[in-house]
Amino acid sequence: MNINRLIALSKSVQFGKILTSNARHATKEVTLPNRTIRTHARNLAYAKDLFLGKVNKAECFPYPEIGNEELEEINSFVAPVEKFFTEEVDSKRIDHEAKIPPETLNGLKELGLFGIQVPEEYGGLGLSNTMYARLGEIISLDGSIAVTLAAHQAIGLKGILIAGSEEQKAKYLPKLASGEHVAAFCLTEPGSGSDAASIQTKATLSEDRKTYLLNGSKIWISNGGFADLMTVFARTEVVGEDGVKKDKITAFIVERAFGGITSGKPEDKLGIRGSNTCEVSFDNCPVPVENVIGEVGGGFKVAMNILNSGRFSMGSAGSGMIKKLIEMTAEYAGSRKQFGKNLSEFGMIQEKFAVMAQNAFVMESMAYLTAGMMDRPGVPDCSLEAAMVKVFSSEGGWICVSEALQVLGGLGYTKNYPYERYLRDCRILLIFEGTNEILRMYIALTGMQYAGKILTGKIKEMKKGNVGVALEMLGRKLGDALGRKVDLGLTGMDGVVHPGLADSAKKLEQNVAHFGSTVENLLYRYGKTIVEEQLILKRVADVLINLYAMTAVLSRSSRSISIGLRNHDHEVLLANTFCTDAFFKNNYWLTQLQRNSPENQDENIKKIAREVLEKRTYVCSHPLDRTF
Amino acid sequence: MSRVLVGVKRVIDYAVKIRVKPDQSGVVTDGVKHSMNPFCEIAVEEAVKLKEKKFIKEVVAVSCGPSQVTETIRTALAMGCDRGIHVEVSGKDYEAMGPLQISKIFAALAKKEEASLVILGKQAIDDDCNQTGQMTAALLDWPQGTFASEVTIDGETVKVVREIDGGLETIKISMPAVLTADLRLNTPRYATLPNIMKAKKKKIANMKPADLGVDMVSRVEVLRVDEPPTRLAGVKVETVDDLVAKLKANGTI
Repeated sequence: MNINRLIALSKSVQFGKILTSNARHATKEVTLPNRTIRTHARNLAYAKDLFLGKVNKAECFPYPEIGNEELEEINSFVAPVEKFFTEEVDSKRIDHEAKIPPETLNGLKELGLFGIQVPEEYGGLGLSNTMYARLGEIISLDGSIAVTLAAHQAIGLKGILIAGSEEQKAKYLPKLASGEHVAAFCLTEPGSGSDAASIQTKATLSEDRKTYLLNGSKIWISNGGFADLMTVFARTEVVGEDGVKKDKITAFIVERAFGGITSGKPEDKLGIRGSNTCEVSFDNCPVPVENVIGEVGGGFKVAMNILNSGRFSMGSAGSGMIKKLIEMTAEYAGSRKQFGKNLSEFGMIQEKFAVMAQNAFVMESMAYLTAGMMDRPGVPDCSLEAAMVKVFSSEGGWICVSEALQVLGGLGYTKNYPYERYLRDCRILLIFEGTNEILRMYIALTGMQYAGKILTGKIKEMKKGNVGVALEMLGRKLGDALGRKVDLGLTGMDGVVHPGLADSAKKLEQNVAHFGSTVENLLYRYGKTIVEEQLILKRVADVLINLYAMTAVLSRSSRSISIGLRNHDHEVLLANTFCTDAFFKNNYWLTQLQRNSPENQDENIKKIAREVLEKRTYVCSHPLDRTF
Repeated sequence: MSRVLVGVKRVIDYAVKIRVKPDQSGVVTDGVKHSMNPFCEIAVEEAVKLKEKKFIKEVVAVSCGPSQVTETIRTALAMGCDRGIHVEVSGKDYEAMGPLQISKIFAALAKKEEASLVILGKQAIDDDCNQTGQMTAALLDWPQGTFASEVTIDGETVKVVREIDGGLETIKISMPAVLTADLRLNTPRYATLPNIMKAKKKKIANMKPADLGVDMVSRVEVLRVDEPPTRLAGVKVETVDDLVAKLKANGTI
């Protein structure tokens, strides 16, 4: 897996262009990446409407459910996988030797874990996204194994799965599903990490037009040292409709057997040390034209779809890890005594458990909500939601592992306990699969672009001096200022949220309305230059992530109460606590986003950064210095 | 060629911390993780191995209990058994169920299915009775090879190496026979996910003890269940003489 994989910044450049052109072509259709080559019109799921201050209830309520049969099936899978991980996986050894023993890898292959989402007809398990997420909870018990498996199937072979031809699927999937061949995903290059659209690896068509010659090198490739099959992205010359030659990205299925491929030595990493990560170089590697995935020149879309489709599982993986940590840490806190009391009786320790429980709860709720949405027929585009799950889960996981380690104090800091390994393993979550910075930009800009389209019309009218529209907007702002009540239909007669959670639902509605008007305001103030304002977009993304999280927990706990799930009272407690916390955080960020907000120190922050980066050092004189 | 009956019991998972119910009538089972008794896993593995070596033709997994035991039967099917039989027992009958009732059921089934071998785990990790295999053999008047750590079929006889207190004992018994599996008999395979999916298509037949002419009335009544006494701290001594003195003082020697 490319550790620095995502792309949204280059995508945001595209969005910048789209926002600009919007001013001129208010009704221009936007072409955004499609999930599969069998196209449906882009069908963004829930989050986009939040940017307009609207809650699209039908998307997220009721919480997605799976049938009894599917539930039984997934439960029957969980036991043997858990058993394997507890008995056959020696995480400490894997971390220490920086290698997954071949016996363990074989055991995983035999269990069938190399082809979880490959259809049964090609020898895989053909499981849905929800089931994949469920298994991810257990596989995450060992970080190196989780990453090796994900690099193989969540991205390595995904291209063939979602955009490959029937011949390509029939030829390659069976051996990949059984694990006989292992896959890797080759996008990132030394000069192109987050900015993936700038890759330089070239694929030149031969004279006889039957082969492409691949030249270039890729870095941070997970499984790169031993993968038999790689999905490689390279620039190919494409003649556009206007006759102009362009270099566009194409996706290729490349077998190591084609020759001309060398793998560098494994990187010595902080965490996930058992996962193989290395440089892969291509020197005139011959790739038959039949191995192009999708269309020539359409590789970027393929890359986007691949990455978007695997991201949601980080939520369930993270929650699986935290749940395990809670068990281990609670044992300790309940038995270790200091000052004559158990650690569990001290407030600051208790707070840590509350944080861990809430985080696990939110991550689970978001992950399975997203997976459930993705499993719906019609191939809805949940890339926005998946990105939000990833950002929340990676950062929540990092905080929770750190807190768990803190509970154990000095013991947690030693290698005798797994906490330090969990900490090192989960640090990567904020970096790969799209850095959290890039994803925040993607989250904010995708939504703002959507809202911008809708609002551009209105704003244009207002700028032209259309009094009617201006009055409407003024009236709305006045209403907001006077504290007009917000009702978006979550509670009350046709409410979808259970009455027990009505208070939190009202908070969500208030936040959403406030968010919608703030977005409108920002678009008006900045227009196309919003793309440059990262600190603003960061807050927009953070608020949106919280809104989605609140939606997920409300939906999940409403269902739990309604069907009388065991311990649903605890769920209500977690949901209300999280929503209240998120509510106030959102309000603060939204306040900072208002015009001339004194809470907003962005100018100072940028000034400090400028001065430091100019000198490339800490700027201040030493406190002990004298002037005479 | 022959058919083997394998018994599998659904018990509380070995890794779970057991808690006694407040009314001391039993242990807490509600919401607790359950799985197949480890010795039953070894029994299933042995039966499937015998089938793979072509000594026997069909392996039938049997379990007695409420609807949840079908999960356990499915695991046995995923490990390689051909079909399952679920003998439905629930409520009070299930709570009072013990080796006597089970062995009656197995004896009836062994005759009905014309089995040449009945393979069970040597004991269950919840009650540790170590009686079912022996009782079943007695009811059927079949030879028994208990605590088996090695099983070899030779024509119409079975050579069984048994783990006994003094070491190992090898016996030769004729089929049909009852065997009970001990720890070192084999290492059970993992039910792989593809096999679990295939197992969904295998059949599990449903029946009641009454269909087999078995009465489930228990002759045993559980009066009380207690937790084991909490382990007391030990005492460190400096020398061997001190140790002997202390042991004499508390009457141990």
